[in-house]
Amino acid sequence: MAYTIEVNGVKRTVNVDDGDMPLLWVLRDELDLKGSKYGCGVGICGACTVHLDGAAVRSCLTAISTIGAAAVATIEAMAANPVGRKLQAAWMELDVPQCGYCQAGQIMTATELLSNNPNPSDAEIDAAMTGNVCRCCTYSRIRAAIKKAALIPTDAATAR
Amino acid sequence: MGILTTVKSAELRTAGVSSATGASRRAFLKATATAGGGLLLQAVLPPLARIAMADALASSVGEASSLGAFIRIAPNGIVTIMAKNPEIGQGIKTMLPMVIAEELDVDWENVQIEQAPFDAAKYGLQFAGGSRATPLNYDPLRRVGAAGRQMLVAAAAQSWNVTPSECSTEAGIVHHLKSGRSLAYGALASKAAGMSVPDLATVTLKDPKSFKIIGRRIPGVDNAHVVTGQPLFGIDVTVPGMLYAVFQKCPVFGGKVVRANIDAVKKLPGVRHVFIVKASEANRSGDPQGLNDGVAIVAKSWWAASRAREKLEVTWDEGPTAAQSSEGFAQSAARLAQQAPASYLRRDGDVASSLKGAAHVVEAAYSYPFLAHISLEPQNCTAQYQDGKVVLWAPTQYPGPGAKLVAATLGIVESDVTVNMTRAGGGFGRRLRNDFMAEAAWMSRQVAAPVKLVWNRADDIQHDFYRPAGFHFLKGGLDNQGRLVAFSDHFVTFGQGGKLADSAAMDANEFPAQLVPDLEYGQSVMELGVPTGPLRAPRSNALGFVFQSFIDELAHQAGEDPMDFRLALLGEPRVLVNSTGKPDALRDFNTGRMRDVLRRVAEISRWSQHHTLPKGTGKGVAFYFSHFGYFAEVVQATVAASGDIKLDRVWIVGDVGSQIINPSGAENQVQGAALDGLGAALGQAITIDRGRVVQANFDSVKPLRIDQAPPVEVEFLITDHQPTGLGEPALPPVIPALCNAIFAATGKRIRNLPIDTDGLKA
Repeated sequence: MAYTIEVNGVKRTVNVDDGDMPLLWVLRDELDLKGSKYGCGVGICGACTVHLDGAAVRSCLTAISTIGAAAVATIEAMAANPVGRKLQAAWMELDVPQCGYCQAGQIMTATELLSNNPNPSDAEIDAAMTGNVCRCCTYSRIRAAIKKAALIPTDAATAR
Repeated sequence: MGILTTVKSAELRTAGVSSATGASRRAFLKATATAGGGLLLQAVLPPLARIAMADALASSVGEASSLGAFIRIAPNGIVTIMAKNPEIGQGIKTMLPMVIAEELDVDWENVQIEQAPFDAAKYGLQFAGGSRATPLNYDPLRRVGAAGRQMLVAAAAQSWNVTPSECSTEAGIVHHLKSGRSLAYGALASKAAGMSVPDLATVTLKDPKSFKIIGRRIPGVDNAHVVTGQPLFGIDVTVPGMLYAVFQKCPVFGGKVVRANIDAVKKLPGVRHVFIVKASEANRSGDPQGLNDGVAIVAKSWWAASRAREKLEVTWDEGPTAAQSSEGFAQSAARLAQQAPASYLRRDGDVASSLKGAAHVVEAAYSYPFLAHISLEPQNCTAQYQDGKVVLWAPTQYPGPGAKLVAATLGIVESDVTVNMTRAGGGFGRRLRNDFMAEAAWMSRQVAAPVKLVWNRADDIQHDFYRPAGFHFLKGGLDNQGRLVAFSDHFVTFGQGGKLADSAAMDANEFPAQLVPDLEYGQSVMELGVPTGPLRAPRSNALGFVFQSFIDELAHQAGEDPMDFRLALLGEPRVLVNSTGKPDALRDFNTGRMRDVLRRVAEISRWSQHHTLPKGTGKGVAFYFSHFGYFAEVVQATVAASGDIKLDRVWIVGDVGSQIINPSGAENQVQGAALDGLGAALGQAITIDRGRVVQANFDSVKPLRIDQAPPVEVEFLITDHQPTGLGEPALPPVIPALCNAIFAATGKRIRNLPIDTDGLKA
């Protein structure tokens, strides 16, 4: 069955046998966007986080048949997102990653957070980010990078 | 890179890490002119040394020296350094090239890093484990970089007809100050290849005071790819025409397939192949690290394979392990504790009479569970078998044994196995075993197409090589001055096939051996069918909890401050020789180094004021020596009336020698290791029931989350000792420091992991 979805601003059509196929596997294996990661398959690790109309969702639990006209954004498009770009810059400046596997999901959730709350407290950061596991435990730096990104003027980050 | 012509080579002796095996460290440095006018520097091991290294590795990871530098200087001045070891998150891909670049004296901005493939002939030992990258490579790679610099200087001096000693270098340029001339490395590269190759053993190294790259906070070289979601990891590999596979193994370890509804599953959407894998065809010895029995489903997508798996019905012959359980092991251990130990690791003095004469005797039983590694990227591998040869893309920590295993599994020669190392989404020791490589290779041959095998989370948790559980029955005797005079442990551990299970051993010199006059370590063994293996800080991650917690009990009984009691036990600075009896600067325990980190952590954590903390809040301290590193840590925790534990703050002081190569990576490792330990103590256990693992996902094996993670303050003492590694040694002390903090907060002693918060209810 064919589904046409908007991914990172582009309409993409995929043919899959199963309308229950999670967006995660559509992105990774049908559309070759490998940034969203598989970690748990049940929505409790956050490695697969993407945006649906700007809201962070777990793509491993989002069936392709349920997406409809919603705009999907993945880590691959975050350099073009004014908030995502600031976070990527802060992540690199503070050298957040260890293995790096969870970081795409972390940045997706953090982008939603900063988009809604440009200046979050530690407690607000913890509440927003608790669904994203970092097995290497880079949590101190994740917190610091979100705070650093919050201080970067959005225009400066998008000005390339 | 073009055609290479070897210009010169010389056999050299390099200084390296001290090695218990005495494996040869003679290495060749080869300088080669590249066709395009560049310079290629290669440090390689002669065949004999490689053989010695392989022998050493058969017994233990990383006991031998290694050297496998590979540097290219292009005419445009760009320096390419091959990262020889796999990157699993410890920053090795950044750190080792920093060492070379420093001594070569180039600008870090002009350095490019490429991941080397597995090629033992070219790169020597390639692995990530044991916190060994720094001690094995720091000195040898400095020498390679320095030799390269010397050749570039020689080339410049010859061009100018001056003596090399009049020349200096800076950021990839050779200067002749007297005449004001200078030449860039790129312009000298081709000529440098013709210079005589310096003696690595005597080449002049920089004064560390002049370091410009080593000691700088340098971000990970793959960070830009990580934060933009570009493919890096094993699970991201794509090979044209590949199919996707899942593999259903017996939930009971070692179980065999009797039959399965293969024909029904074959008819499901997207499924291309379904077949039974019989381990007996490839793995006659039943090695758990090799191929296991199971049913493979190969489909056009991983999702299709996973959906089809839901309809798979397999009848298993579960075998003898089905009778084993965690509960049964605990009961057996308690029974064994009633008897004399089956053997002794050490017996010093006369413990029985010393305990009899002691003013106080403290007795306690400690236990810890099996643990899984739960790397966030599940085990996976892509394999392409064609014409009797196989190419693999694998997130592995240890490609060499993986290649061997694949060759043995397929019955082909090792030279027909090619392993490409991908970045790994965490390792923690899991990927030192390469079972996933054997599985993918087998499937690719079976279906005559490239196959990408991806385990799901339950597979990953239920088919691991677990940190072995363990049981300790301890006694400590104090004299009337509160001094520890007698100590005994009856360690009940696991065996497999007549020897101790992997990573289930305890060292005869385990702390506090050699510090207590009458001391004995006894051991009894239970037969285990569950595969075990190294988990970050193997053995130490459990033994640190047991011994540093029990020491705290003894301090409490003695009425002493836990910090003072430990300092008194360590005594005067001296070196306690390691358990082989052969002095070794890295492995021997230096009580002075430990005393110093302990004193310093007392200062930065304001230990002296720990009595003033509010009710329900406590500070605990512990130290541990492992992987050549000395760490002392203080945890402050608050326990609510509900029993819930809040981690307030962690203070860590470490001594890993004279140089922190990359302070950013180092701090990240130490913070991560400590939080990793806290996560395991609070929320992780693998429970065996009827020979199978009960847990299946992160709801029951809980990794630490951000809202639990306390600030972690890290300080390094810089000491006059060889630099050593940081992937592991910060982990072991944090667990007992937490448990001791809980005791300080509540008066309740944690003797079993994971911590049971119900037991802490007010």
